[in-house]
Amino acid sequence: MTTAVAGTVGTTVTTRSRTARDWLFTSFGLLSTLLGLVALGTLLYDVVSDGAGRLSWQFMTSYTSRRAADAGIYAALVGSLFVITLTAAIAVPLGVAAAVHLEEYGGRGRLSRLIEINIANLAGVPSIIYGLLGLGLFVRGMGMGQSVLAGASTLALLVLPVVILSTREALRAVPSSLREGSYALGATKWQTIWNQVLPAAFPGILTGLILSLSRAIGETAPLVTIGALTYVPFAPDGIWSPFTVLPIQVFAWVSRPQASFAENAAAGILVLLGLLLILNATAITLRDRLQRHTR
Amino acid sequence: MTRRRLRLVVEFVIERALFLSAAGSILITAGIIFVLLFETAAFLREVPLADFLFGTVWTPLFFDKHFGVLPLVTGTLLASGIAMLVALPAGLMTAIYLSEYAPSVVRRTVKPILELLAGVPTVVYGYFALLFVTPKLQALVPGLSGFNALSPGIVMGIMILPLVSSLSEDALRSVPNGLREGAYALGATRMEAALRVVFPAAFSGISAACVLAVSRAIGETMIVAIAAGQQPRLTLDPRVPVETMTAYIVQVSLGDTPGGTIEYRTIFAVGMLLFVSTFVLNLFSNWLRERFREEYS
Repeated sequence: MTTAVAGTVGTTVTTRSRTARDWLFTSFGLLSTLLGLVALGTLLYDVVSDGAGRLSWQFMTSYTSRRAADAGIYAALVGSLFVITLTAAIAVPLGVAAAVHLEEYGGRGRLSRLIEINIANLAGVPSIIYGLLGLGLFVRGMGMGQSVLAGASTLALLVLPVVILSTREALRAVPSSLREGSYALGATKWQTIWNQVLPAAFPGILTGLILSLSRAIGETAPLVTIGALTYVPFAPDGIWSPFTVLPIQVFAWVSRPQASFAENAAAGILVLLGLLLILNATAITLRDRLQRHTR
Repeated sequence: MTRRRLRLVVEFVIERALFLSAAGSILITAGIIFVLLFETAAFLREVPLADFLFGTVWTPLFFDKHFGVLPLVTGTLLASGIAMLVALPAGLMTAIYLSEYAPSVVRRTVKPILELLAGVPTVVYGYFALLFVTPKLQALVPGLSGFNALSPGIVMGIMILPLVSSLSEDALRSVPNGLREGAYALGATRMEAALRVVFPAAFSGISAACVLAVSRAIGETMIVAIAAGQQPRLTLDPRVPVETMTAYIVQVSLGDTPGGTIEYRTIFAVGMLLFVSTFVLNLFSNWLRERFREEYS
């Protein structure tokens, strides 16, 4: 159809060259799209081919070591799980509460607007700046030292804006008829939110939470900045314990020139990616199951 | 009656508590600004602001200390610039392809896969840049050092690509269909419609995405800390080791620098500069997007 219309305007030659240019442009578009996909494929292939051989039960259950072949990921794995659990315990209640306020009570006046702009801006602050905040505030200011608690608090501040934003999305998806029905039955505002809105929004909230926490699990820079250690041959035993996490362990191994440590780093990356995969798969499964229940 | 009053009290208390959580987010910003300002002020008492901003030698960890931040700034700009050379053309072409050309099945499969790229931890990209991309590039680029700005720049571009493509595609797709149909009716090919009608109509949304991408690149840490080296030098040569602002903060944090020293304070001064630049870029991006919103709703 394009040719027919264009033919009446220009000559056949220019029409042909315009069609050719369109075809070339399409190919460029397709190639660009493939670039991202190929890069992802190469990255995964590279990590798997470097690290799969090193992955073993011994690797999972050993502490790190000066000798690459003896080193394992245990302390970092336990550290990551510990830190992320504590991060969730701090960030989830605060974030959900803030989102409920902004979405269900908010929209009144300048302060709400200021809070909203502020949260959007916080989501764009580089993660290493949160590390400096954690260093100045938690590690030195409050004297927490380089502990699990300091690390989790720092990560909690980092994910808080993301938790708030995703929870608001989930709350916004709840139809207002549900709220109106509840009010019509005489429920108060909070009873409506607690008994109707939150349960209905729960699958969405949960997905958002898990996605924000998987971002926190992969974070290296803020924890390096607060001074989390790179050589920790023991698992953390409490919130005041020094700690390391998977990405920092990987970073420490990448930084060593020997090829055997690079293999460890690749295996560590596989453990990290595996953990992320499990988290995301859980999020998707839970969401599907819960959605079926609420409908 | 008392039960009802109790209910009202509970309602009030809960609302206040929720409000405090929301208002608490302002305290985070306040905390960031306070911590950065406090240490930067202490730093500037010892180093004049002009020496810091315009000095060309950065050696705070050496015996002969110089505090000129320019080498870190050029390192950051160099790595981010290379990242933009990858992320902007590829991201925009991807966005145009997915929004204007691809069948919806392709779009629905490709978009989430591309977004996986954004979910990969940055330390993984650092590993990839240092141990895969750099060796491959060394075969192509003569004189490429083991640590350089080129490789982490390219990898950072790949990491940022989904941000550019996703946000730009949203902008392109929110352009009303009537504009496309009008262009086709006038005999435009799909490329002409995309480039001359849809792209300009979505321009502010797309430029907002690009500005956000720059801000993300400047603040990115682990890729450059791992693969760009830790040698602050004033150069635009992408083949030699450089150091970015973020990589410097990591370098100092890895050592055991005691609080209160000038070395310790440098990371907050550098952090302040980083915070201000990304903050300005983010505000600019928001402003662009707000303008865009007014056009079509």
